[in-house]
Amino acid sequence: MGFSLFSAYFTWVISGLQANYKKLMEHIVIIGNGISGITAARHIRKRSDHKITVISGESDYFFSRTALMYVYMGHMKWDHLKPYEDWFWEKNRIELKKAWVEQIDFEKKKLLFSSGEPLEYDKLIIATGSIYNKFGWEGEDLKGVQGLVTKQDLIELEENTAYTRKAVIIGGGLIGVELAEMLKTRNIEVTFLVREKAFWSNVLPLPDAEMISNHIKSHGVDLRHNTELDKILADDNGRARAVLTQEGEEIECQLVGLCAGVRPNIDFLKDSELETDKGILVNEYLETSIEDVYAIGDCAQQRNVIGQRKSVEAVWYTGRIMGETLAGTLTGARTAYQPGNWFNSAKFFDIEYQTYGWVWPEPKENEQHFHWEHESGLKAITISYNSETNEFLGINTFGIRMRQEIFDLWLNENRKIDHVLANLKLANFDPEFYDTHEKEIFKSFKNNLQEA
Amino acid sequence: MSLTGDAPKSINTQQKIASLLGVSGLIILLLASLNVSFPNKTLWLSIALLSIIGGIVWFAQAAYSGTHPGIKNDGVWFKSMSNRGYLAWLAGISLTGFYVILYFFPEYLGLREEGDNVGLIALFDPLSKLLSGEPASQWFVYGTLYTIAITAFGVKFLWKYRHNRYEKIRTYSVMFFQTSFAFLIPEFMARLNGEGFSLPYYDLKNIWPLNYYNFEQYRVDEFISAGTIGIALLLFGIASIFIITPILTYKYGKRWYCSWVCGCGGLAETAGDPYRHLSDKSQFAWRVERWVVHSVLVFVVVMTTAVVYSYLGDDPSKYWLTRDSFLIGVGVFLTLLFAGIWYFKREELEKDARYGAIGYLVIILALIGLHYFSGVNLFLFNAESLRATYGFLIGAIFSGVIGTGFYPIFGNRVWCRFGCPMAAVLGMQQRLFSKFRITTNGGQCISCGNCSTYCEMGIDVRAYAQKGQNIVRSSCVGCGICSAVCPRGVLKLENGSPKNRIDSEEGVLGDNVDLLDLIKQKTK
Repeated sequence: MGFSLFSAYFTWVISGLQANYKKLMEHIVIIGNGISGITAARHIRKRSDHKITVISGESDYFFSRTALMYVYMGHMKWDHLKPYEDWFWEKNRIELKKAWVEQIDFEKKKLLFSSGEPLEYDKLIIATGSIYNKFGWEGEDLKGVQGLVTKQDLIELEENTAYTRKAVIIGGGLIGVELAEMLKTRNIEVTFLVREKAFWSNVLPLPDAEMISNHIKSHGVDLRHNTELDKILADDNGRARAVLTQEGEEIECQLVGLCAGVRPNIDFLKDSELETDKGILVNEYLETSIEDVYAIGDCAQQRNVIGQRKSVEAVWYTGRIMGETLAGTLTGARTAYQPGNWFNSAKFFDIEYQTYGWVWPEPKENEQHFHWEHESGLKAITISYNSETNEFLGINTFGIRMRQEIFDLWLNENRKIDHVLANLKLANFDPEFYDTHEKEIFKSFKNNLQEA
Repeated sequence: MSLTGDAPKSINTQQKIASLLGVSGLIILLLASLNVSFPNKTLWLSIALLSIIGGIVWFAQAAYSGTHPGIKNDGVWFKSMSNRGYLAWLAGISLTGFYVILYFFPEYLGLREEGDNVGLIALFDPLSKLLSGEPASQWFVYGTLYTIAITAFGVKFLWKYRHNRYEKIRTYSVMFFQTSFAFLIPEFMARLNGEGFSLPYYDLKNIWPLNYYNFEQYRVDEFISAGTIGIALLLFGIASIFIITPILTYKYGKRWYCSWVCGCGGLAETAGDPYRHLSDKSQFAWRVERWVVHSVLVFVVVMTTAVVYSYLGDDPSKYWLTRDSFLIGVGVFLTLLFAGIWYFKREELEKDARYGAIGYLVIILALIGLHYFSGVNLFLFNAESLRATYGFLIGAIFSGVIGTGFYPIFGNRVWCRFGCPMAAVLGMQQRLFSKFRITTNGGQCISCGNCSTYCEMGIDVRAYAQKGQNIVRSSCVGCGICSAVCPRGVLKLENGSPKNRIDSEEGVLGDNVDLLDLIKQKTK
């Protein structure tokens, strides 16, 4: 008697727990195993017991997309790009599914794949990233014409390399300069067509951009400013054999690198009821127009622009922050995407670049730039500040590593440029024993003021 | 699917000629080993050694002089020599063979118990006589080649990292310590030896427990009988590990030794540099590393205690220290050491490190206790056989044959990582009582993996960097390469305040949402 009472009680408790557990245990499906999706998955796991499935057709495991170039250059092997060992996912109960999502039935909360059984979800995170732009150029689909965003692009590049003695890169951005560096390591002659009057001068102030242009040229790249692609010419086998510039110059090449920016990878959502523009439209909570569906990373587009940011941010760091933020929302703490002070980084051949705060290519109203460049042409900084109040607005630093923590603080405290320059040493992050230039920079600023 | 391309033509004509020059120097040495008798030893030895040095330096110059200063890792994983290819195995097997002969069959190098040496060792006689006045031994041959390797490949490293002053100064340092402390000074010291005065061969920077034989009877006897200088040297040897090492490691981390001073480290950083990326980065390897390296440390402590204990009793008039007081001293010291670590740092220690520390303490105390209470002549084992076993297994096989011979296969720091008891001591200090750390620059990490790939100690640097955490690892030798290869300026080797050195909480800068804060709020 006692025992059966006990067991009835026990069953009741268990069933209650199970019901509760059901509520706790939602199936969160993430499309895309890039930095955004994986960050979301990891943080959701840290903070909850939800069932998590990450879907990718691109690769079995998460890898660092920003490091694709190093595999091609022989600095690393594919396995080195994986930030977590393969056992990590099972141990953390993050299910990985290798498949391409073809269609989403938002009504029935179901994903349909190019092959295999559909998958149901309770919550869906779309983190499908970017694809490279094609602008309808003649010949853009020829063999030997490609961009560099995915693992498949890297494999294709390896295949194309076998045919390539000369290459032309279209578009002066971060991927373009990386591709130039990559191809140079395989002794391929590179012609680099840039629409702007200096490399990346639609983002960098002209003195910065010119310094980088000179550095790129010093590495034996035939960098052509103010030059745009007209069309790509084919040989008899349907491979690229040359490009024609808008000035009518024909440049022989067996490889054409399409590096004129990227766009959200959302073509598979074209005919769905999900609201999209350039990307998937989301509010500040990264919620899309459909309930229980979220979008993060490169493929998301903010309905309301945050500060001076772009509505679509195709940056590693912002993807990571969005992933973290959304994990908060999905585990009970609805959190708005508040990315904080802008920062970014890149490397142009041998010159490292970091930026904190906003430095526009042209100073906006009431803004002024202070530029200092080292005689080597390998180090420079540009500081943007308010010409009325002297408030520090942002810095581009080239060839000198600087501490994010310090600039974050100075930006939050609305420090003046004088304070920044007087304390610049605090922000130095170069290795020990490196030459320091703070005094020189400070002096240069003082001289500038006197001249002005 | 292929993701590894063909190597670009990685060796130019000059490099080929330079290789030929270097190899021809080696061939002279090989011929000497095969007992080809060279008429003018001074001339042929000079030709051989200068060809080797010249070949290496010329090779480096041809490789790097036409390039921009900056990271030079293009094609590392494509080349046979640096990607465990045919050349790597060839080099690994040759080196291993050399070590086996050097340690176990020196007679094949020309060592003779009686009479003059022949072959390779005899070829080195002129140089040895010039320095110490004595004929060469197999260790002199080895020391000479070792020093040449560090200096010539040091020049190569200097060229490769000419944009990085930390790397340059560090390399000058290992080149200096090898040439002076390890090679020249002991040879000159040997000149002082004469009637009634004899110092043991002493490389002053070679500290116990790396120098596991430093306190053996014959050495201690020689130190004592050499009067004030000898006693000073003996005291220096003791102070090196118990006073100098802790102070320098506190201030600078273990790098002051491992990648600035140490000879093993010196070779790894110079001749071994092309193989640094071959280290195993898996968590499994880390687990193995911790057990093996600390076991070696326990081994060397027990062995040394046993050896010193065994000769202390021999002659009560000679040693003021008695067997019993020595044993009690060791026991008290270790107990205090572990108690101190336990008291001050128990929160920082991970579980297994705690188990390890406790376990080992128990073993050591048990061994000592067993002897002390049972009154058996020696420990469980005979001291001499312990010493011989250590010398064979650790001193020869681990540090030489495997540690260096297999550079091209396992990477350049296998010995330092898995075997070196000195590295274990310094590592514990670095982990627990040091100002050194590698600082991560906020949220700038892009998880590319260059830092982890090129970490010769197999530390998964990226795992910390991508979380914005400082890297405080006992194995880190502070070579600075992770910081050098980082394309985004994320890593910096620093000596700073010991407070907040280890930030275990996760949170990447640049994100205004403090998730930890949220978690804390939630759990309230």
